Amino acid sequence: MKGMAAGLIAARIPVSAQEPAASASAEKDFRIWDVHSHLEALPGDTPEERMDILVRDMDRLGIERLILSQGFGQYEQYATPEQIRIENDRIMRAVKHAPTKAYGSLFLNPRNGAACLDEFDRCIRDGPMVMIGELETDVRCNSPLLDPIVERATAMGVPILQHTWTVTLGDGPDESKPSDVAELAARHPEAKLICGHTGGNWELGIRAIRDSKNVWAGIAGSDPTSGFTEMAVRELGAERVVYGSDVGGRSFASQIAKVIGAEIPDEAKRLILGGNLRRLLEPVLKAKGLAS
Amino acid sequence: MIDTNVHLFQWPFRRLVGDDPAELVARLRQKGVTQAWAGSFEALLCRDVAGVNLRLAAACREQGKDFLVPFGVVNPKSPDWEEDLRRCHEVHRMPGIRLYPNYHGYTLADPACEKLLSLAANRNLIVQIARSMEDIRTQFPLMVVQPVDPAPLLDLLPRLPGLRLMLLNRGGWADDANPNIAKIKKADNVYFDIAMNEGVGGLARLIEETSPDRVVFGSHYPFFYFESALLKVREAGLTASQKAALTEGNARRLLAGK
Repeated sequence: MKGMAAGLIAARIPVSAQEPAASASAEKDFRIWDVHSHLEALPGDTPEERMDILVRDMDRLGIERLILSQGFGQYEQYATPEQIRIENDRIMRAVKHAPTKAYGSLFLNPRNGAACLDEFDRCIRDGPMVMIGELETDVRCNSPLLDPIVERATAMGVPILQHTWTVTLGDGPDESKPSDVAELAARHPEAKLICGHTGGNWELGIRAIRDSKNVWAGIAGSDPTSGFTEMAVRELGAERVVYGSDVGGRSFASQIAKVIGAEIPDEAKRLILGGNLRRLLEPVLKAKGLAS
Repeated sequence: MIDTNVHLFQWPFRRLVGDDPAELVARLRQKGVTQAWAGSFEALLCRDVAGVNLRLAAACREQGKDFLVPFGVVNPKSPDWEEDLRRCHEVHRMPGIRLYPNYHGYTLADPACEKLLSLAANRNLIVQIARSMEDIRTQFPLMVVQPVDPAPLLDLLPRLPGLRLMLLNRGGWADDANPNIAKIKKADNVYFDIAMNEGVGGLARLIEETSPDRVVFGSHYPFFYFESALLKVREAGLTASQKAALTEGNARRLLAGK
């Protein structure tokens, strides 16, 4: 089958009655995992209520699992250790509410020093979380403040998602750029780093991380601009591109479209939509006895 | 399915798939589109507006009857712009025009803009205003173009009751918090496309805040992946009648002048 309907069916996205009917074969199943999602900008007063909203839309688009972080986004920048705990607790409540739909990812402010490692132990080593990040705009990620966090994560095989943007009119002073991620990756060659948003200005971001083999391009959270995924696959290889949405500020739809709509082979889409992320998470999921 | 927001030819800062009209049409047909309202990327920067519209009209004609519907550009700050409007309507038989106030250096409060909107309404032309073309954070550094401020529409709309207005690409960051947008959503003669509508539940919220009759399918293709708009419809969980109105009925009714 050719065209739009085939792509959506392959992604397990339900097609309407007006479109050609077909069922997804197992080998065409993309198994969509989303590396970049939050509980912010959603209706609902509790993590459980907000998670229900996400699950509703996940089911409409055939998304299998989210990596959820940052809680309600109430303390996005320069959060205190106590505020960090509040947000991470929100995530763990949401995951507990929908354990087959999400895994949690640790929110940290690297400026909090030793408290970051305590929170790592609480939520990842001794808790249910499986990743770090999205780390936000508290400090540029080439800072030495990141080193102990990356070392702890690397020892457990835990990937890290780092926010990056290269804003045309100028970045905030503590906003990381893709080149900062590349610098951090060079100091920690065994670390697994996901360059969130690929800097927004993806034509620049892709090139900035091209030579850093332990950095993956996260494609979440920017407009669904044609050509993004094709260039990422061309320059990095499909094995180094990871789908994410950045819900709830973004829709799942606009972000999945970057992959479903890209002119790349189905096998590349399968890797980007979930295969690469599952491979990145495999050590920690296996250690925790969690499904992959 | 009618797509009310596509552009022909080349985006100035990046080569896009489908920047040849024949290729664009083939791709749109494959995606299930039966009609596309087309502007021209040339309209953003070319000063020979009449030439832009000539090429747009010709390209639409060449791609078969009624598939590409041309929406020509008029710049009310250019000399002799009234003639461009006349040609769009009388020579090219366009049903509407597409404006880019931010690329052409005027605001919606400019008296020339009101005059243009008034003359367009008198000719029963649909007026599409592209609020933006690209996230300001990713624009080319030597050409940063702020989104169009919709605030003046609050004063303009009551004076132009016959105007049929569509806001394209009305999304963008924090747009839902813009109080002017919230008020404009209530106007019966203002339509919205969905290309830059964002957020979980964003499309359902837009319909709720406006009307099921005034939200139309628009993809901003080929600048955006077409599938973004298509999947938004799926994600919204619309009823069959809402979906039919959004993807075709509302645009067809608007085009028919009803």
